[in-house]
Amino acid sequence: MPQPTAPTDYGPATRVDGADVARYDALGDAWWDPKGAMAPLHRLNPTRLRYIRDLIVRHFAVGADAPLPLAGLSILDIGSGGGLLSEPLARLGGRVTGIDPAPNNVAVAARHAAEAGVAVDYRATTAETLAEAGDLFDVVLALEVVEHVPDPDAFVMTACGLVRPGGLFVLSTLNRTAKSFALAIVGAEYVLRWLPRGTHDWNQFRTPDEIATPVRLAGLKLLDRTGMVFDPLRNSWGLSRDTDVNYLVSAKRPA
Amino acid sequence: MANTRDVLVAGGGIAGLAVALAVRRAAPMARVAVADPAFADPAFADPALASAGPTQGRRTLRAVAVAAGSRRFLDALGAWEPVAAAAQPMVEMVITDSREADAPRPVFLDFDGEAEPGEPFAHMVFQDDLRAAVLRAATENGVELVPDRVSGFRREGGAALAIEAGGTASRARLLVAADGGRSRLREAAGIATVGWDYPQSGIVATLSHEIPHDGRATQHFLPGGPLAILPMRAADGSERRFSLVWSVPHVEAARLLALAPADFIAALEARIGFAYGALTLEDRPAAYPLRLVLPRALVAERFALLGDAARTIHPLAGQGLNLGLRDAAALAEAVAEPLGLGLDPADPSVLDAYARARRFDAVLMAGATDGLNRLFSNDSLPARVLRDVGLGLVDRVPALKRLFIRDASGLSGAVPDRFRR
Repeated sequence: MPQPTAPTDYGPATRVDGADVARYDALGDAWWDPKGAMAPLHRLNPTRLRYIRDLIVRHFAVGADAPLPLAGLSILDIGSGGGLLSEPLARLGGRVTGIDPAPNNVAVAARHAAEAGVAVDYRATTAETLAEAGDLFDVVLALEVVEHVPDPDAFVMTACGLVRPGGLFVLSTLNRTAKSFALAIVGAEYVLRWLPRGTHDWNQFRTPDEIATPVRLAGLKLLDRTGMVFDPLRNSWGLSRDTDVNYLVSAKRPA
Repeated sequence: MANTRDVLVAGGGIAGLAVALAVRRAAPMARVAVADPAFADPAFADPALASAGPTQGRRTLRAVAVAAGSRRFLDALGAWEPVAAAAQPMVEMVITDSREADAPRPVFLDFDGEAEPGEPFAHMVFQDDLRAAVLRAATENGVELVPDRVSGFRREGGAALAIEAGGTASRARLLVAADGGRSRLREAAGIATVGWDYPQSGIVATLSHEIPHDGRATQHFLPGGPLAILPMRAADGSERRFSLVWSVPHVEAARLLALAPADFIAALEARIGFAYGALTLEDRPAAYPLRLVLPRALVAERFALLGDAARTIHPLAGQGLNLGLRDAAALAEAVAEPLGLGLDPADPSVLDAYARARRFDAVLMAGATDGLNRLFSNDSLPARVLRDVGLGLVDRVPALKRLFIRDASGLSGAVPDRFRR
């Protein structure tokens, strides 16, 4: 395990939460251990990847038998962590940029991708920095990240601003409901011990409507809102209409 | 490393080639290879070469029984059509039980078998034909061929590093051991086995005969072991050839193999009678010691067993290849989902799903064939009464018979949906 790094300049306090960044930065190789600290994310990964792949294939009208369904598309993964999302998307042909404010995460992700022979452009930077540079992407992803930023509305607007006309935006996070308090905080952190205590602050969770507002203000059109629910009997996740705990929101920027 | 494959199959037999082909069909983005030293032989590299000559291009006349479920799987892979013309449909299976001295054998079980209306429950095909057809479909679908033997492996940086006999090494996220009943890779993976040797050898031979078999297979349960007559197509396309699989004690096998052809045929006629008219040996009878081998696990980190490496059973019901093809279908089904999402085909949850799908099937079939062999290779009166009553009952209850036929055709149990059609 790498040592936690010395405090870094994470930029203005509105961009990222320094304590959260340090916690994820210390994970190191544990990111890629399917039975380790990030096991819950590994279990969730196929479900959110399937949603993203199918949405992209539909939206960009990719041929059903294309061997690489994401070929030719530029994809930005905000909060790429160890690369659990970036690397599979690159394997499916996407030209993926993964950004994360934690330098250790970027190092772990880059090393893993190099070992696997997958090309991903990992950068220790923020969405705000890319926005200032005027970068645009076909697909912008912000999965399980908005609950960790201090100013969610500003973050969502910045992320949506990185979507090229005709492009897609996908966000996933946790709802702020009594059920999400029971399952995501009490259940996941205290009873099942899936996540370290303090991983999530329920007060920072956003409802789908609260996410929709900055998305619309940024000029995007909402496409879909889908829940992700855990089935304890099958020990796996699935898509659902129930958005009370984990959910995905997708939107497009008109061409 | 840029040259990490998704799946490397060690062993280019029919099941090993079929799993590589099935993975490519289900996940076209996957990088899949099969390693086998036989690919260095031009006749394997170019299946077109295997189409002329005295045995019509085949190296041997060795035949395999392809159950209806396996045929559908091969058809879905595009590997059945090339062998269909020379395949012999098996439309009936007759099972008899008697003491050595009784001839002709009384008929106790008569399976008029069709898996589904209009579909024979099995076909007999030449092993070489089927292997060539699966090989051709595999290369046409982008499976890479490595003309070398994988002699060992180790795990390294999120992949299996397969060591080839020629000294080279190649990386794969999943290494599939399809290297036969005495799998070296199974040993290298540290997977222990349970099993035992039977006191019998299986004699295999191909014979031509005067009176057509009409697609009827016969199993004679003799005290020394079962004797199966499996209908084949003759070189002229007629139904005048059969494949013999005859289990006898080792000493008896040695004696039979040493006989002149005419004496071997006389010994055979003493067991099966003269229903086929004059018999002629088309190849030299060969004998194989019979063993049961079951591994304690089907998967390990970045590693899966398939085909005979996943179990070796008594060849009584001719189910070895069919179990291997079911392995191939189940493993392809399990890894296609993560590959289609850009995920790891050797994730523990994926390999566990494969092991769960296959363990029951393998043990069930091994237990059933072992039990049948033990019950029938026995001349004691109680055992004879028990099995005669048992088979008689099966014959009299149509529902039980249909279940038996469905099981022999590989359509019951855990056949993955993708290949059920």
